[in-house]
Amino acid sequence: MTTAVERSAAAPVPGIEPARAVARRPPAEEAGRPLWHRVLFVAALVGAAIIFMLPFVWLVSASLRPREYVFAPGFLPTPFSPENYAEAWQAVPLLTWFGNSVVVGVAAAAAVTISSAWVAFGFAYFRFPGRNLLFGLVLATMMLPFAVTMIPTYLIWSNLGLTDTQVPLWAGNLFGSAFYIFLLRQFLLSLPREYFEAARVDGASYPQLFWKMAFPLIRPALLVAFVFEFKASWTDLLKPLIYLRNEQLYTLPRGLKVVLDRFGYGGEQQWEIVLAGSVLATIPMIILFFLAQRHFVEGIATTGRKG
Amino acid sequence: MATVTAAAPGRRRRTPLARREARWAYLFLAPWIVGFLIFYAGPMVASLWLSFTEYDVINAPRYTGLDNYRELMSDPAVARSLGNTVYYTALHVPLVMLISLGLALLLKRVGRLQGFFRTVFYLPVMTPAVAVGILFLLLLNTQDGLINRVLGLVGIDGPSWTTDPHWVMPGIILMSLWSLGSTVIIYLAALQNVPRDLYEAAAIDGAGPWARFRSVTLPMISGALFFTLIVNTIASLQMFTEVYTMYFGNRETQNSFNSDAASFYVIHLFQEAFQFLHMGFASAMAWLLFAIILIITLVQVKLSNRFVYYEGEDK
Repeated sequence: MTTAVERSAAAPVPGIEPARAVARRPPAEEAGRPLWHRVLFVAALVGAAIIFMLPFVWLVSASLRPREYVFAPGFLPTPFSPENYAEAWQAVPLLTWFGNSVVVGVAAAAAVTISSAWVAFGFAYFRFPGRNLLFGLVLATMMLPFAVTMIPTYLIWSNLGLTDTQVPLWAGNLFGSAFYIFLLRQFLLSLPREYFEAARVDGASYPQLFWKMAFPLIRPALLVAFVFEFKASWTDLLKPLIYLRNEQLYTLPRGLKVVLDRFGYGGEQQWEIVLAGSVLATIPMIILFFLAQRHFVEGIATTGRKG
Repeated sequence: MATVTAAAPGRRRRTPLARREARWAYLFLAPWIVGFLIFYAGPMVASLWLSFTEYDVINAPRYTGLDNYRELMSDPAVARSLGNTVYYTALHVPLVMLISLGLALLLKRVGRLQGFFRTVFYLPVMTPAVAVGILFLLLLNTQDGLINRVLGLVGIDGPSWTTDPHWVMPGIILMSLWSLGSTVIIYLAALQNVPRDLYEAAAIDGAGPWARFRSVTLPMISGALFFTLIVNTIASLQMFTEVYTMYFGNRETQNSFNSDAASFYVIHLFQEAFQFLHMGFASAMAWLLFAIILIITLVQVKLSNRFVYYEGEDK
C-alpha cells in the first residue's frame, strides 16, 4: 500500500522523461550567483540530507545498545551491545521469516515479470479488434482500491483451501499486473517493428519472437519490474496478515509486527530486540537499492512518461 | 465486426492472416483476461452483492438490502476513521508535494553529487513500512524520543505524539513525510526535462528567478505535479501498514484511547472484515471508499484541466 506511488503510477502524463536521459551538467548560471546564495543552497541541501539520514543513524545505533540505553541521547552505539542481534535471533525464528520473504518475494516478482511481459507483448506487437478498449481496462484496474476485491479474493483462496499457505501471497501475480504491463509495453513499443517482421519472414513463431527476441531486448525493463515487485512483496504486511496464521510461514514484516507486539509495548519493552529485527528487515532492501539503483530511479521516473 | 480496427488503410476485409494474428494476440492477452475475470471482475460483483448482505464466513450470506449502507452513514466509528483519513490526506498530500518540490529544486542544482543526495532522499522509501512504523513509534516517544529531544534543544517542550489524541495524527503525518522520495524523483526528472532555452529566453526578456519559476518551471512540470497529486491522494486515502503497525493488532495498545485517534478508514475496514467477520459491512465500506476515491479523482482531473500544460497540445 505504501508503494502505491510507484506502483499505481502509470496514468499517462506527458512531459516527464527518465532523469538519465538528460545530461547532468551543473547549470551555467551557477558561477554567477552571489556567495551567500551558494552558502544558503549548500546549507539547505546538507541540512535536509541530515534530517533524512538521522532516523537511520538512530535506528542502527540504538539497535546496538543495551536495553536501558536504547533511548540514551547521542548517536553512538555506546555501550556497544551487538548481542541484541543474537538475542533477537534466539527469541523469534528470524531466519525462517527471512527465508520465507525471499521465497515469496522471488516467486511474486518472477511471476509478475514474466506474465506481464507476455501480456505486454500482446498489446505492443499485435493489432486486433478491441485493443485500445482492453488496454484502457488494464489501466482502469489500477484505480480500484485493494479493499474492494480483498474480501472475495480471500474467499477464493479460502475455498481452494489455500489460506494459511504462502500461495495467495504470490499466485495472483501469475496473471500480470497493470502497472508492469504498462511499463513493459512502453519498452516494447520502442523496439523497431521491422526487426520482428524480418524474423517472422524467416519462419519464427510468435512465442519465439517473444522469448528469443523481445524478452532479452527488454531485460533492463524486466529488471525494473522485478525489483519493484520484490520490494513490494518484501514490505507487504496486509496479505500476510490476512492469509497467514502459522508463525513458521510468516514473512519478515508479519514477523516483525509480532516482535513489536510481543517484545515492545505488549511485552517488557525489550526495544533492543524490536530494533535489531527492524534493522535486519531493512538491510536487504538497502542492498537491493544499491544493486539496482538505476532501475529504481528509472522505474519511478518512467511512471509518469507519456503512454 | 466486419471492419478492421487497426489495419493498414485501404484494407477493409479481414484477411485469414489478420484473423490468425488476432488469435495469437488473444493468446498473449489470455493470462491477463483470466486474471481480470478471477481477481477483478468476479470479486467486484461478489463484493457489491456482499455489501447488501450480512455475512460472517461461517453462515451463508443473508440479504439485508440497504442496511449496511444505512449503518455506514450513522456509525460513529466509520465517521471517525473517515474523518481522520481525510485530515491526514488534506495535510499529507500538499506537504509532500511542497517539500518534494523544494528538495527536487535543490537536487537539480547539484552537480556531481546529485546521485548521492538523491539516494539519501530515496532510501527511506526502501525501508519496510512495518520498520518505519516501529522506528517512528520510538522517535516520537514523548520523554526520550529523538524528535522531542531535538525540539528540546531549541527550547520547545514537545507534545505527547503517541498518546495525546490531538497529537497522534500530526505525528503520523510527520512520519509520512520521511518517505516522500518517490515524489522527489518524479519532480527531479520533470525539472531536468524543462528545455534550457526556455529559461534563457525568459532571462533575455528580463524575468527574475521568481518570474522564471512561475512562468517557465511551474507550467512545464505541471503534468508531474498533477500526477503526484492524484497518486499521492489515492495512496493516502488507503493508508494502512505504518499506522496499523504502530497502534493496532495488539490488545495492549489497541484498547488504549489512541487507537481511536489513529483509526484510518482501511484499518477500520480490515478490522470489520477479518477481526469481527462483518464481511458484508466491510464490503459496503469498500464501495464507499471506491466512490470517494472516484469523486476526488474526477474533481482533481476537472480542476487540473485549467492549469496543467500538456506539451504538443494547442489549446
